[in-house]
Amino acid sequence: MNVQAALFYFFAAILVFAALRVVTSRNPVHSALWLVLAFFTAAAHWLMLRAEFLAIALVLVYVGAVMVLFLFVVMMLDVNFDNLRSQFRSYIPVGATVGVLVLVEMALVILGSFLKPVTAPAGAAAARGSNTRALGSVLYTDYVYPFEIAAVVLLVAIIAAIVLTHRKRKGTKYQNPGDQVKVRAKDRLRILNIPSEKREGQA
Amino acid sequence: MDGMLVPVQQFFGSAWPAVWTLAKIVCVVVPLILSVAYLTLVERKVIGWMQVRIGPNRVGPWGLLQPFADVFKLIFKEIILPSGASKYLFFIAPVLSIGPAVAAWAVIPFNDTTVLADINAGLLYVLAMTSIGVYGIVLAGWASNSKYAFLGCLRSAAQIVSYELAMGFALVGVLMAANSLNLGDIVRGQEGGAAYWYFIPLFPLFIVYVISGVAETNRHPFDMAEGESEIVAGFHVEYSGVTFAVFFLAEYMNMILIAALASTMFLGGWLSPWPQLNYLTIAGFAPFGDGMPWLFAKMAFVLFIFLWIRATFPRYRYDQIMRLGWKVFIPLTLVWIVFLAIMMQTPWAGLFH
Repeated sequence: MNVQAALFYFFAAILVFAALRVVTSRNPVHSALWLVLAFFTAAAHWLMLRAEFLAIALVLVYVGAVMVLFLFVVMMLDVNFDNLRSQFRSYIPVGATVGVLVLVEMALVILGSFLKPVTAPAGAAAARGSNTRALGSVLYTDYVYPFEIAAVVLLVAIIAAIVLTHRKRKGTKYQNPGDQVKVRAKDRLRILNIPSEKREGQA
Repeated sequence: MDGMLVPVQQFFGSAWPAVWTLAKIVCVVVPLILSVAYLTLVERKVIGWMQVRIGPNRVGPWGLLQPFADVFKLIFKEIILPSGASKYLFFIAPVLSIGPAVAAWAVIPFNDTTVLADINAGLLYVLAMTSIGVYGIVLAGWASNSKYAFLGCLRSAAQIVSYELAMGFALVGVLMAANSLNLGDIVRGQEGGAAYWYFIPLFPLFIVYVISGVAETNRHPFDMAEGESEIVAGFHVEYSGVTFAVFFLAEYMNMILIAALASTMFLGGWLSPWPQLNYLTIAGFAPFGDGMPWLFAKMAFVLFIFLWIRATFPRYRYDQIMRLGWKVFIPLTLVWIVFLAIMMQTPWAGLFH
């Protein structure tokens, strides 16, 4: 067994263990952290395939942003998982059906790729030059329309999310930072020049 | 140099690449930790002078041994585990905050040839590493089982995620100007003197990057995660002794890292401001030519600005931090990226490369 295979099995073992802990750990915060570890090891696998852009993007987007927000929400909500777990067994039929379906679909895909003759592996394109450059050039030439459409769909989703959650309540006071910055001392403070009274008997 | 290493190389045999890499890592990390130690002293001295005080001057001549006194004090303090704290996460959190701070240094080029890992996606790697540093803070806040720490960690999570976007967009501008994600190539793209450094065509992005850098490292005036006037010490309120020292180390390492990145991407990295200085040689050696001293000088300048900001500005209010990040910086960077993209299609494209 060469070093690369050893590394693969090492990362694979961590990945499978972390993925298992995501669903088995009792504490939702721990689950989220195991998921972070799972993403990290998946990124390590991609690095071994020389897909450095995808690996770093996975860490950057999922670990660096999505999971932070996940943790944020999970910590804030303070869900009592033991209550949720009390009816755990009633979901077994649905869960088992979905699980078997996913398993069959994955088996079909993997079997299909075994039956076909081996095409260029993922590393071949990367070996010629930077994986990032290759990805960029393909994305903006061959796949430019799907890419742009995906971008527009995401933009619509962003705007929809803002429109759905943003509402102006009546009676709420808003600050305008521009006005605050523009304020000068003479707008707020009036200095009056009142002549002091003279005491009687003084000159 | 290479000849001298041959016997050592034979001694380690097939383990040599690992040993050599470790040796190089030590060569980066040890000076880094020493500079953190003296950055704390410089910070206290500079802020002292700005406030017409003397600053630390009791330990050693001019207070030069102050950092070591602080380190020994922290090492000998008791580590307290709060009751009800999550035991493992409480101790993993400082490690998670210092790990990325050190790991990002792997791709920083110190001069034309000196870099630990010359990877193609260096810029993305740095962005990824700085973005996972927030886990240390979030976990510290949650694992401490304290309201103050928890408030600090929530503030920090929201703040870092917001400012990361502006930071990422600023880096997109650099990437467009340099046509490369490799930090060494980005510096080589700025060759030709100070007029060719990217801080001129990318000036708004430079400003956004430096300010977001202050926010990312939770430094004053963006230190909402600590905010001692409101939430005592924020996320590290329950940490004592070495565990606190590790958080402290991570914060200052991140500061130096942001300074190194700002110098590399906007201020020409190891390049000298006048290329003519390369020809000013004394006995075949150019003392003011391109090289590490220029990088360190630029980093010192950026770090001084960080300290200056800290001594000058009052702390932001939380909602105003969010406003600045989302409503000012992100639109500003987006507009400048579009402007850059348009200008690059015109005859003036050369000005923006």
